[in-house]
Amino acid sequence: MEDVKKIMHVMRRAPHGSIYTYEGLEMILIMAAYEQDLSVAFIGDGVYAIKDDQNTDGIGIKGFAKTFMALDMYDVEKLYVDKQSLEERGLSEDDLLVDVEVLTSEEIGRLMNEQDVIVPH
Amino acid sequence: MNIGILLKEGPYNHQASDTAYKFAEAAIKKGHKVDAVFLYNDGVTNVTKHTDPPQDDRHIAKRWDELHEKHGVQVLACIAASKRRGINDDVLIEGAEITGLGTLTDIAIRNDRLVTFGD
Amino acid sequence: MLHTINKSPFETSTLETCSRFLQPGDPLLFLEDGVYAVQVGNRVSSSLESIMKNNPVYVLGPDLAARGIEDVTEGVESVDYEGFVELVEKHQVNSWL
Repeated sequence: MEDVKKIMHVMRRAPHGSIYTYEGLEMILIMAAYEQDLSVAFIGDGVYAIKDDQNTDGIGIKGFAKTFMALDMYDVEKLYVDKQSLEERGLSEDDLLVDVEVLTSEEIGRLMNEQDVIVPH
Repeated sequence: MNIGILLKEGPYNHQASDTAYKFAEAAIKKGHKVDAVFLYNDGVTNVTKHTDPPQDDRHIAKRWDELHEKHGVQVLACIAASKRRGINDDVLIEGAEITGLGTLTDIAIRNDRLVTFGD
Repeated sequence: MLHTINKSPFETSTLETCSRFLQPGDPLLFLEDGVYAVQVGNRVSSSLESIMKNNPVYVLGPDLAARGIEDVTEGVESVDYEGFVELVEKHQVNSWL
């Protein structure tokens, strides 16, 4: 197909405290319909977006962690998590809601360099 | 070169709108085509016509209007983000339009660069 | 890939995070509050110097001037908005917001 672009979305903020992650997810879901080569990288506090056991009932904000699980159905399968960001936060892959590839910063950095577009959230 | 701009913050609170504008201006001056400025998150509040800053301050909404007017730059506010923040056609400056995230995807696909400004 | 940083290194860990992902040769541009990183003799000067061994470092001059910073770490190149555009001509952009 002509004009397939490699587009990486970078999630770097914690969910709920600001809307960036949620609106970022909305953007990813729309872009997924355009058959581009999409990936999502979770870096820094962005890893908290896919932490398990989130319950937002008490703060009056709609939870969206589970929507990340649906990305698979939209053929967004390239989900990368920065290993050091996980470790620094005392988390491991088992604490995450979705199947991801845990990569080193070096590996994610190389993937970044292959992208046509990087969208920070 | 064709350039798209993604602006993620509202005016005044952050420098993002100013930097994005200065960047767009410089790109146009160097002969590039700035295809569109797409407003997302609080960025949609850049284009309300009710903005009325003090006279000695820059008028950010008007600047976007002029960029559209003089250089044909599309100034586009995301509809979902706009609805959340009370931005609709009634309050929009003339040079701006409300559109969907599909349009942003098209902008990302058809331009050589997508440059993001925010906080 | 051009990486941009717009946060003060004294306020956030953006510089530290970004530097882990930089590939050799990738240019790094400081703008807005990010420019405080390049003032000579501050806490991040040494990490900046080690970044500069593999990566060219730029700073947006108008943002420096606006913040009254005149003494810049040696090797950091100051550019104006047109210089920013020239970097974008050569590279895709990764904004570390």
